[in-house]
Amino acid sequence: MTDSPHSMSRRQVIRHGAWFGAAVGLAVAGGEVISHAAGTAQAKQIPSRPTLRFAQVSDSHIGFTGKANPDVVGSFSQAIGRINNLGHAPDFVIHTGDLTHLATPAQFDQVKQMMGALHTPHVFTVPGEHDSIDDAGQKYLSAFGRGTRGDGWYSFDIAGVHVIALVNTLNLKKLGHLGVEQLDFLAADVAPLPSDTPVIVFSHIPLFAMYPDWGWATDDATQALSYLRRFSSVTCLNGHVHQVFAKTEGNVTFYSGTTTAYPLPHPGDGPAPKPLTLPAGKLHDALGIREVSYVRGHQALALKENTLQ
Amino acid sequence: MPERHLGPRIALLAVMLLAGCSSAPPATSPSVTFGSGATTPGMSGMPAMPNIPAATTASTQGSAPPVAGDAVAIDNFAFVPTTLTVAAGSTVTWTNRDEEPHTIVANDGSFHSPGMGSQATFSYRFATAGTFDYICSIHPFMHATVVVTK
Repeated sequence: MTDSPHSMSRRQVIRHGAWFGAAVGLAVAGGEVISHAAGTAQAKQIPSRPTLRFAQVSDSHIGFTGKANPDVVGSFSQAIGRINNLGHAPDFVIHTGDLTHLATPAQFDQVKQMMGALHTPHVFTVPGEHDSIDDAGQKYLSAFGRGTRGDGWYSFDIAGVHVIALVNTLNLKKLGHLGVEQLDFLAADVAPLPSDTPVIVFSHIPLFAMYPDWGWATDDATQALSYLRRFSSVTCLNGHVHQVFAKTEGNVTFYSGTTTAYPLPHPGDGPAPKPLTLPAGKLHDALGIREVSYVRGHQALALKENTLQ
Repeated sequence: MPERHLGPRIALLAVMLLAGCSSAPPATSPSVTFGSGATTPGMSGMPAMPNIPAATTASTQGSAPPVAGDAVAIDNFAFVPTTLTVAAGSTVTWTNRDEEPHTIVANDGSFHSPGMGSQATFSYRFATAGTFDYICSIHPFMHATVVVTK
């Protein structure tokens, strides 16, 4: 494909990917560089139907009643409406955890009912620590655990992409934790896959060290990632931190998604990760959903963040 | 005070929007295959259904009585005091002053609270002497100690 005037060489692709990984911090601050890259003539020639396209939503915290967002049900409804108006039905929607705020049966009922309104063939979830507050995730599993393994993990294949959903919100000591049983599942799960299979991993807490002092990391993630090192394209999507962030480490790119409920401070900004109350009219800039698409033959996934503004 | 957060109106993190892929895009949704071959995880979305259930008000867990005596406050994601010393037979009451929920979980498993919403309280009677370290299981970077003397 290098002889096509509109394609990049493999080296260019790699360089472009690295540039993207490095520039994401800038994107959050400014966005202009990134929009420039996305607005090139080439971008317009994207096939209208990628091989795979899905949406990520996260941290709806149904049941939260603080002043940082007096209407989390309203903003989650808005997020659902945003997904339903993407102009296409995503192949699936993933909710990366903290569906509820206090893991009550009523909150699980409500969030499940609301997600039933998503226009998509499949809705997948992983639990957040708010979904497993006092029962090691039992209420979460009764609401969303059907067909999963262990404490709620699973994997599936769609359009040639291998998708793995991990649970790292149980048995917390300080950081996110996967545990031996889940690590064994992961090792066996990916063992038969060819190394050119694109792999996508969902978890609630980041699998990279975003800010360990606030618990924004997973203590045994290094072990998990060692099983994924041989794959040419690995994309990890998480929630938990209530803000968009990205980082590339070798073949693995990590993307933290934002929330539909309330923002949290940037890492280390202030004494604790407590809900931020923004000035009037600013909240919906900080909330959002994410579109992800993948075109066969390309190493990297395309991500687009949409605020609820 | 929270004047800055998440700058971009539209954080367009588009990447790799490359042309030159000549393979024909699939016309319909790709199918999902589960390794287990058993029941599929997840749930189905629904066709158009604009009616979202109305908001319900989540209840907070009771109102906080005045904190007195052997009390620990949870404030700003910290237990105050970090070390509390009481005599055996005392009852300690924790009060969550944060908007965020917290829990009280002993490292040795001897006691644990349910999820405590804002202003909720939890009490536990320490019958025997000893040193009891505990954490918040939602935010396990929060930790403190109750020292029980004879």
